[in-house]
Amino acid sequence: MQNNQIFINTVRFFILMLLQVIVLNHINLLGYVNPYAYIIFILLFPFDGNKTLLILLSFLLGLCIDMFSDSGGVHAAACVLIGFLRPILLKFSFGVSYQYNAVKLNKVTFKERLLYIILMVSIHHFMLFSLEVFSLSHISLILKSTLFSGIFSTLLILCILLLFKRKEN
Amino acid sequence: MQQIISFFIKNKNFLLFAVLFLISFILTLESHSYHNSKLVSSTNFFSGKIYKVSSSITDYFDLKEQNKSLLEQNSMLLEFQANSTKPTSQKMLDSTLSRNFSFTDAMVINNVYGKTNNHITIDKGHNDSLEVDMGVITSKGLVGIVNKTSGKYARIQSVLNTRSQINAQLKKSKHFGFLTWNTQNPHVVQLTEIPKLAPIAIGDTIITGGNSSIFPKGILVGSIANYTLENNDSYTVDVKLFNDMTNLSHVYVIKNKNKQEIIQLQSNNDAE
Repeated sequence: MQNNQIFINTVRFFILMLLQVIVLNHINLLGYVNPYAYIIFILLFPFDGNKTLLILLSFLLGLCIDMFSDSGGVHAAACVLIGFLRPILLKFSFGVSYQYNAVKLNKVTFKERLLYIILMVSIHHFMLFSLEVFSLSHISLILKSTLFSGIFSTLLILCILLLFKRKEN
Repeated sequence: MQQIISFFIKNKNFLLFAVLFLISFILTLESHSYHNSKLVSSTNFFSGKIYKVSSSITDYFDLKEQNKSLLEQNSMLLEFQANSTKPTSQKMLDSTLSRNFSFTDAMVINNVYGKTNNHITIDKGHNDSLEVDMGVITSKGLVGIVNKTSGKYARIQSVLNTRSQINAQLKKSKHFGFLTWNTQNPHVVQLTEIPKLAPIAIGDTIITGGNSSIFPKGILVGSIANYTLENNDSYTVDVKLFNDMTNLSHVYVIKNKNKQEIIQLQSNNDAE
């Protein structure tokens, strides 16, 4: 990674963390629906970047969110999972050659981008709510939360990506 | 040996993932056990400071409402003082209570109510002689119990937490039960194990029972919104909280001066 990228990613890490814990954790639409937009960091992490570093940083980001929201390690677990699965999902969404063609998220077609975001968000949210509720008898609550929060997060992530499109170039 | 090393290098991402996932899983398990998440919590210096700064900004938005509730509390206290020759029963700040209980005021700097296990962070900690297992109330009613403290901050397990079990009773009779929460609505909690014999009517007041050393008897909780008879011949009562748990700013932490004595006495009983 170049210096420039390191700087951008560091700033993104902290801004997204603060945005999540100060604003987004307190939206509580319909009582329980919160968007989790901080995973933009994991979504946007350079596609050709170090995978080991991404897993470590995902864990750190999740742990920070957990620290603020007193939730044990649920965010950390969900983040580590999508950090680890990201190369596979990238391959699935953008085709095998994503690494060589220097794909950027705002240059691919809308369909591919949406697929990638939805996959990442749904895996993250499902892991998150499964661990947070932590009981099989509340499986409907887990699925309901995953669905509603997932839709909310996906929309918010798309909006944020659109807003900051030029800066990411 | 070389094969083992090359195996580790080859699978380093997966191994790292497995280790980190295991760590987060252990943290999660620990947070689901009784006295939860001691390792990662919002009472540390870093997150406490950030929450404090953000709440110092947002506090200005509801100053008017805060003033109003302070005025209401003031007028209640004045009324109590003026009528103090008469024995007023069930007042929250009864003079007989104040001998055993002392109150510390604190500010809520983070309040979560959308999850299944909710916590509140306040801006006072063990430097202000707060301890774990102290009760927390507002002028309107019950909030929760302190479950972790650091130097400057403390975390409260709110009544909106599936692990909370607070002793509460009907105001008009002495039948008591336990307050739990079914995660459906942040304004309604459930009072379980009320015996079938108890006279229950919608609108009745629920107060804390004196059976625990955490809360003094008679702190307001809420009013009965609905009740159902369970299979085991006891009522489960939906209690509408007097407190708006989604909008808290000033709280009082209750210290029971005789707590040590009570606990000692009870443990003596168990030993026999």
